[in-house]
Amino acid sequence: MIWLSQHPLSVLTFLPLAGAAVIAFLRRESADRIRGVALAFSLATFALALKLFLAFSPNQPGMQFVEYRPWISSPPIGYHLGIDGLSVLLILLSAFLTPLAILASWASITSHVKEFFLFLLALETGMIGVFVSLDLFLFFIFWEAMLIPMYFLIGVWGHERRVYAAVKFILYTMAGSALMLVGIIYLYTVTGTFDLEVIEGLVAGGFAGLSGSAQTWLFLAFFLAFAIKVPMFPFHTWLPDAHVEAPTAGSVILAGVLLKMGTYGMLRFCLPLFPQASREFAPLIVVLAIVGILYGALVAMVQPDMKKLVAYSSVAHLGFVVLGIFTFTMAGIQGAIYQMCNHGVSTGALFILVGMLYDRRHTRQIKEFGGLATTLPIYSAFFMIVALSSLGLPMLNGFVGEFLIILGAFHVRVIYAVLAAVGVVLAAVYLLWMYQRVFFGEVTNEKNRKLPDLTDREKVILVSVVFVILWMGVYPQPFLRRLDLSTAHVIHRVKHGPASYALQRTPPPAEPAR
Amino acid sequence: MITVQASDFIRILPQEILSAFAILVMVFEPFLPSSRKVVLGWFSLLGVVAAGAAAVRTSYSLGPAFNASIAADPFSIYFIALFLLVAALCLLGSFNYLQRDNINHGEFYALILMGTVGMCFMAASTELIMIFLGLEISSLSTYVLAGFKRHDGLSNEASLKYFLLGSFATAFFLYGIAFVYGLTGTTNLMTLSERLSRTGTGGTPLLWVAIVLMFIGLGFKVSTAPFHVWTPDVYQGAPAPVTAFLSVGPKAAAFAVILRIFLGAFHAVGSVSFQMLWLSAILTMVVGNLAALWQSNVKRLLAYSAIAHAGYVLVGIAAGSAEGVSAVLFYLTVYALMNVGAFILIAPIAGTGERALRVEDYTGLGYTRPGVAACLTVFMLSLGGIPTTAGFLGKFYLFRAAIHAHLIGLVIVAVLTSVVSVYYYLRLVVVMYMREGQPQATSEPLPLALRVALATSVIGIFVLGLFPLLLKKKGEAEASPRHTKLAQVR
Repeated sequence: MIWLSQHPLSVLTFLPLAGAAVIAFLRRESADRIRGVALAFSLATFALALKLFLAFSPNQPGMQFVEYRPWISSPPIGYHLGIDGLSVLLILLSAFLTPLAILASWASITSHVKEFFLFLLALETGMIGVFVSLDLFLFFIFWEAMLIPMYFLIGVWGHERRVYAAVKFILYTMAGSALMLVGIIYLYTVTGTFDLEVIEGLVAGGFAGLSGSAQTWLFLAFFLAFAIKVPMFPFHTWLPDAHVEAPTAGSVILAGVLLKMGTYGMLRFCLPLFPQASREFAPLIVVLAIVGILYGALVAMVQPDMKKLVAYSSVAHLGFVVLGIFTFTMAGIQGAIYQMCNHGVSTGALFILVGMLYDRRHTRQIKEFGGLATTLPIYSAFFMIVALSSLGLPMLNGFVGEFLIILGAFHVRVIYAVLAAVGVVLAAVYLLWMYQRVFFGEVTNEKNRKLPDLTDREKVILVSVVFVILWMGVYPQPFLRRLDLSTAHVIHRVKHGPASYALQRTPPPAEPAR
Repeated sequence: MITVQASDFIRILPQEILSAFAILVMVFEPFLPSSRKVVLGWFSLLGVVAAGAAAVRTSYSLGPAFNASIAADPFSIYFIALFLLVAALCLLGSFNYLQRDNINHGEFYALILMGTVGMCFMAASTELIMIFLGLEISSLSTYVLAGFKRHDGLSNEASLKYFLLGSFATAFFLYGIAFVYGLTGTTNLMTLSERLSRTGTGGTPLLWVAIVLMFIGLGFKVSTAPFHVWTPDVYQGAPAPVTAFLSVGPKAAAFAVILRIFLGAFHAVGSVSFQMLWLSAILTMVVGNLAALWQSNVKRLLAYSAIAHAGYVLVGIAAGSAEGVSAVLFYLTVYALMNVGAFILIAPIAGTGERALRVEDYTGLGYTRPGVAACLTVFMLSLGGIPTTAGFLGKFYLFRAAIHAHLIGLVIVAVLTSVVSVYYYLRLVVVMYMREGQPQATSEPLPLALRVALATSVIGIFVLGLFPLLLKKKGEAEASPRHTKLAQVR
């Protein structure tokens, strides 16, 4: 027990996997017990994540709850875990969304229940693992291994074109990460280590082993992997397919957490490790991000399918996040991280809501609906709140993030801020227009007249989501406070690395032997 | 003059034991009724285990044997252990198969053992003529094994093709040896290495011809492009357990020879070997992976995948460093586990006469036979190089060695083609789990022997995928690019 309390990150990471192992031993027929075990383990993980979040000290710089064990001695790969303000938020988000995803698929997943929850819990381990790893190799293992459960979730329990979507998802992501692997190994050959903190220290100290062009190539190798995952504008084509075809739980996790891994990677690796290349590429990336914001919004506007609409809205929202990151300002990056969490909660909730409607009517076409506000009053109210949060209404969570990002963009160039603001307006257009068509007016389709309103289980999901939405909108301080030091650290690294940083120190730090 | 000592015989103890068991199998064969032939299989397995024990004994008295034509060094012990593992897995996978397909003859086991003897000699020889003899012993056994289903047209075709092209290729190898002898006056690798380094680097055009000729002969055995054309046909036609044996055993043996010759003896003329290896690696990875995309027959699909994997191994060899050799050794073991596992698992799925071999025949297998499908999924994911499986770490070590040797372009081709490969490996997973329908595949329960073999492979894949050093330490000890020198010192 002492060991367990001393290694909170390991426990947190592998607790869901332990749940998956328990499920593996349950009888296939007892579906309810399987669901119960899955929920129990995911809730326990959430409780642990919450405890970690509260225990996380906002005033302490650097990584906290660090665990280190040598794992493979040749090449030196360490089992190195640790969290800072950025990862603690994303871990909380992952742990929050997983029980919701389990609850959301409680009734809708009826075939191969055992495998479904097994994969879902295995996926959670992968997600948390990505956020706690401080060793590039370990990070890559989690990053890639996580694809497999997601691939099965989409491919087995998805909708009509699920196989196409699943294969496209995995191939796109792997193509990106294959080059990242080359980058990781190259980085190892010049620095002699996979340890993120050591490499970061070397880079910050003006490490000579990494020439300008090598830094550019490495930046591109890492950035491509993350840009595909986010996905940024020209690499986004896998996302609508995967989101639309995935089962509700898959979409929730995909939008809520997996996309954030891309932006997390940019913050954790691209900016601190390749500051010079980050600065060089920032203008181009910002332009792509803004294109993504506008393009995503415009395409979302014309979607006839609600789920596809939400999927394209993710392209726009993640465009905001990338924009915020590459402003290299305190407001921009904090807003970006906050927006990552917002988008996870709001878009996750939107997918859950669309899924609930799909469970009732087996369609997601907007034109099939109309006047639902009269037949499903409670559902409509929840939908309204979530939609408003997604479009960034003040007092709800989305506003805080978008405001900060636009503020950051404004400091860099006014036009960036203006264009991003246009994106906010467009978001209001597509979401409200969809809401109007689906919920207002007369009931146009007879099939919609007798729909049952929310069940208790569904209410629990939505109440908890709305609670978080309101809290994050009204009182963001507990979250933002924990981000201050991490953000300042990243900005310091990217703005002052490597040349100017080395000048501050005399004499320059000793170079490693290589 | 050749003097023979007692220690010489201890240094080839595993080969002797295997040969003795092979001969005994042949002797007992006529006296056993057809229903009890499987006894010979277990007897052969005992032989393999005994040879394993002998290998341990040999590892305590390392050194050159028979006038330095054979070396018992860590390198050869490692390979002998690998061949014994392959032979054991293939034997376990074949018992039921032979009974079911009505080819239950004891010669099968004898031939597997003889083939293994040949492979062991290939890995242990430091004398070109000895290598050639080992190559011939293993080839002749595998020619017969490929055609073991006498009444099956495809099997006959496989055997004939393998035999004709194979003898052609060994002729190239022999021709290369002749050139080398003509140029240097020796066929002993150690003497050769000395003489070549004394005459300086670069070598003469005639020597390059010799190198290329020898590489063609060995390239055929490891099925590198463009010498891979026989592979799909032979792998498809041969009985599945034989394919398992073919796709790993002779290949690994030929890689051992390539390491000894090109990184050891011809080290002095490295640039020619390097360019050849580099080109061959790229061609092999591209051809193997792209061709596999279009296959609808599982055996052919895995055949092209086996070609592609030879390409990855060549990446490690092209690195030309101790790190590269160590990575190659590790990778070959990993490859043996996953590839043998996949091929011996195909046999029971395909049913009598190996009828259900199309990819579509696997439809819904994930639900009708969850255990079988799960094993196959593990093999596929490992072949595709997904982390936590040994396939990933194997590739990781190979690529690391290559990047260290500044072969970044080669590694980029390798990682991109291995992403392509994920597509076709996942095709099997897709049909097993994501397509509705009843599988054509048969549903006979797996026999115990096969289960043991599969469990060994699957557990091995995960253990090596998480704790590679259990094996890698051994690999590193054997990894000296001039291991021929190593033997010479002793």
